[in-house]
Amino acid sequence: MLSQELRSQVQYVDVLVIGAGPAGMAAAIAAREAGVENLLVLERENDMGGILRQCIHNGFGLHRFKEELTGPEYAQRDIDRVKELGIEVRCGTTVLSVDGERFVTAVSREKGVQLFEAGAIVLAMGCRERPRGALATPGTRCAGVFSAGTAQKFVNLEGYMPGKRVVILGSGDIGLIMARRMTLQGAKVLACVELMPYSSGLNRNIVQCLQDYDIPLMLSHTVIDIQGRERLSGVTVAQVDQNRQPIPGTEKHFDCDTLLLSVGLIPENELSQQAGVEMSPLTQGAVVDDSLQTSREGIFACGNVLHVHDLVDFVSAESFKAGKAAADYVQGKARKGAYIALKDGEGVRGVVPQRLLKPEGEAQGVQVMFRPAGVYENATLCVMDGDREILRQRKRILTPGEMAELTLKPEHIASLSGADVTVCVKQ
Amino acid sequence: MEQQITCINCPVGCRLQVVVEDGEVKSVTGNSCNRGITYAKQECVAPQRMVTAVVPVSGRKCPVSVKTRTPIPKEKISACMRQLAGLDVRPPVHMGEVVCPDVCGTGVDIIATKTVE
Repeated sequence: MLSQELRSQVQYVDVLVIGAGPAGMAAAIAAREAGVENLLVLERENDMGGILRQCIHNGFGLHRFKEELTGPEYAQRDIDRVKELGIEVRCGTTVLSVDGERFVTAVSREKGVQLFEAGAIVLAMGCRERPRGALATPGTRCAGVFSAGTAQKFVNLEGYMPGKRVVILGSGDIGLIMARRMTLQGAKVLACVELMPYSSGLNRNIVQCLQDYDIPLMLSHTVIDIQGRERLSGVTVAQVDQNRQPIPGTEKHFDCDTLLLSVGLIPENELSQQAGVEMSPLTQGAVVDDSLQTSREGIFACGNVLHVHDLVDFVSAESFKAGKAAADYVQGKARKGAYIALKDGEGVRGVVPQRLLKPEGEAQGVQVMFRPAGVYENATLCVMDGDREILRQRKRILTPGEMAELTLKPEHIASLSGADVTVCVKQ
Repeated sequence: MEQQITCINCPVGCRLQVVVEDGEVKSVTGNSCNRGITYAKQECVAPQRMVTAVVPVSGRKCPVSVKTRTPIPKEKISACMRQLAGLDVRPPVHMGEVVCPDVCGTGVDIIATKTVE
């Protein structure tokens, strides 16, 4: 319970958005466009734009704007719109806690501790990189081991080069992009090492970031030793077997001063968990319904904090929906109906949303996203309502590196029996 | 001669089979849209790439990010980076402004992709 004095300091906000990256900005724009006047965005960094600010490469916005933008250009379009709509954004403000009753504590240098009570909250905190500690890599704890995104921040935002001879562990897109960036800025990238037999990055990045610069992609390989006293002096790489165990005799040594890690992204969900939101172990994000509402009423989640996307275009699209749904909620227009579980079947991992609402009124189409569990060529995606197949789609190629999606039409939703709905891949 | 290339226009990354005879593209298969054909015709004859980089701004802590306005010939990429390294950029620089006209004689301008006041 709050003291009387603190109570008087609480500011009521209709919709509170946490994070002003692409997800938070889109959610705020949608909420304001839906008529929410009392709207506030809290952002930890000193500028809006999130991770896009350091993604200076092009390729953003093909779906949404039908042109290829760089990250800062894409972000600027939303920043301009946020300003045009007069949305209040408090930068340099870190949210410390969120509870299930939508009571939020934040702190900033200028205003100190700030207390809010929100009609609805949109969680848009994004994700962070898996760190070295999560990998259990052997070797010394010398300087020169960076996550790829940290290196990207140094090179693109601060103008520092983290090293001259580089090995990259993991073939996620940020690692591939950084292989090219480091090469263009004068470093020698010796190899990109990937534990799995396939890359988790996009094909186009393998072509234009590795092949263009003759950087070898070593699939089914990993770093088995990291050497160096103060600064990294080299790494040892070995091939792995089917159980991802190093094969003796396949070791290869690289002299290098820098090791970049591009080994996956983790949604940043400390606040969601504090709020008591039900989490999915597969996406490592919240469990949501098709309006992006979490298990806590009035708390919505979108963008990379919900599940890690490949394209910012999809983050924006999802976040517009979440912002609109939050607006509907505070305006008393929330839908009513029965929830039906949407589950992963064979070959499918981390389907979002995990719950479908079969509304009392008119049904709407629902976009379903997931990652394939393996590589499938000429496969068929099926959606089952209990034992009844309601949708079937051919896919030329499915890989874990690329998010797959399908759309359930209003008639599909209206016809649901109430049994669990399953998405699966059939060969 | 048949070549296998990966289309880099969008994240789908179609695997294209291209038949090239006498430096001319005769057929393209495996594409799922028309951009694949355009890409294959360019890529097998005179490959081009967009270049993005950062350039220091005098008296400012943060560099400005830049890009080529359109793709440039692939073999000009390193010459382009060398020219960028020698640029003297003065603030303020605004998004969309030309920071280096006609890079390496390609006819393509280098433009800022963010604003540094």
